[in-house]
Amino acid sequence: MRLVLDNADLYLAGMATTVALTLLSFSAALVIGTVVAAFRVSPVPPLRTAGTLWVETVRNTPLTVLMVLFFFGFTKLGIQYSAFTSAVIVLSAYTSTFVAETVRSGINSVAKGQAEAARSLGLTFPQVLVRVILPQAFRTVVAPLGSVFIALIKNSSIASVISVVDLTEVADRLNNDTARPVAVFLGAGMAYLLLTLPSGFLVGVLERRVAIKR
Amino acid sequence: MTAPMLADALGPRARRRMRLISVVAAAAIAGLVLAAVRRLADTGQLDAARWEPLTQGAVIRFLLGGLLATLRVASLAMVLAMAIGMVLAFGRLARNPVVRVVTGAYVEFFRGFPLLLLVLFSGLALPKYGVDVAVFWYVVLALVVYNSAILAEIFRAGILSLDKGQTEAAHALGFSYWQAMLIVVVPQAARRMVPAIVSQLVTLLKDTSLGFVIAYPELLRRARNTGEFFQNPLQSLFAAALLYIAVNLALSRVARRLEIRQRRRYGAGAITVAGAEDLTVTAVQSEEAAPEGPG
Repeated sequence: MRLVLDNADLYLAGMATTVALTLLSFSAALVIGTVVAAFRVSPVPPLRTAGTLWVETVRNTPLTVLMVLFFFGFTKLGIQYSAFTSAVIVLSAYTSTFVAETVRSGINSVAKGQAEAARSLGLTFPQVLVRVILPQAFRTVVAPLGSVFIALIKNSSIASVISVVDLTEVADRLNNDTARPVAVFLGAGMAYLLLTLPSGFLVGVLERRVAIKR
Repeated sequence: MTAPMLADALGPRARRRMRLISVVAAAAIAGLVLAAVRRLADTGQLDAARWEPLTQGAVIRFLLGGLLATLRVASLAMVLAMAIGMVLAFGRLARNPVVRVVTGAYVEFFRGFPLLLLVLFSGLALPKYGVDVAVFWYVVLALVVYNSAILAEIFRAGILSLDKGQTEAAHALGFSYWQAMLIVVVPQAARRMVPAIVSQLVTLLKDTSLGFVIAYPELLRRARNTGEFFQNPLQSLFAAALLYIAVNLALSRVARRLEIRQRRRYGAGAITVAGAEDLTVTAVQSEEAAPEGPG
């Protein structure tokens, strides 16, 4: 435990990186995921196909493979970013598929009459979706989106595979220096619990505030 | 399939407009694909020399050997995690408070842990303490510890989702606690758990790629090796990704088939568990699977 406290500054820096990775990726994933979900329910067949392809391919590839493929493979195409930016891009893409599926389930749970009423008032498809359906859909999927968020905190550890210095990488390096793996990794694990447990609690609070049960 | 939900059958004018939008969208997507292909060609990534190694028998055998290693780790971890998860679930539902607290602490602790940390821990810490086994077992251990916690939550949710009357009726007929649990409750609960379990197994299969970090020669590690040897990381990793997608899609397909059949036969809804990413997706799919069954 002393070892962890002595290196508290390293752990805190790692935690900050983990938090930054998570928040940036989740914001981007929310936007991309919502657009993909809109594609998948749109009346335009090519968009539906594109949305489905995106979700099925990215979701079924391991995150580690995506991370390595993007960082070591895409450089050959001249697509080169820093490790941190690459990690944010990959985490956003991967998480966006889960957000898309979750939002889509929310859209499907909104009563049919809502869309019918909106259409009979003369709203177009984008208007129906953005003004009537999505605001209700989001409120029903607060809890599942929270699960996606918490999974993302844990998934962000995979950024260490391309040597982003997040909590996991801090622990890995500290272990290399001190050769005290139990203390080092337990410390990192506790730090992750410090992030995931309050997040779970906040999601619960948010859910009670805004969620509609169906 | 979901489109009719948000849009009525279209009239002639709207149909024309939709055709126009479809053509524009298709053209835009085709443009993107074309740009990607151009990029690939310009950077020489489409050269036959870079793809040719992937057609050599030795390379194919090497990669498929990696896939086999992935599947071996995954299948053993699946079986062990399910068994331990079941025990943990019973523990959390036990009448003995000590058992409840201990199993509860285990589940809550390891559920919030990133799996990668567990893999590093088992691969780097255990050898320091005199544990000396093949890398295979370190990967299995990490996967089992993490997934048994998640599966325990799925099992628990499945058992709790069953109407209390089932247990009460069983007790009224003179069944003991374990008889009621094993003969009446678990068989019914199992049907509701199937989709959640399978989607967690897909996650487990994807997670075996973390064996990469402690040099277990699974598919990802071997694809990396191939990429370094032939100077074609993009192509090798792409091949690995395709193999993963194929296996996972097959697994998901089986899950969906099972789920639809279960629903048709027993009309039981699926359960969902918080904290695991793929499980939210299961909830989505089960909602859609319902109206698909004929009749």
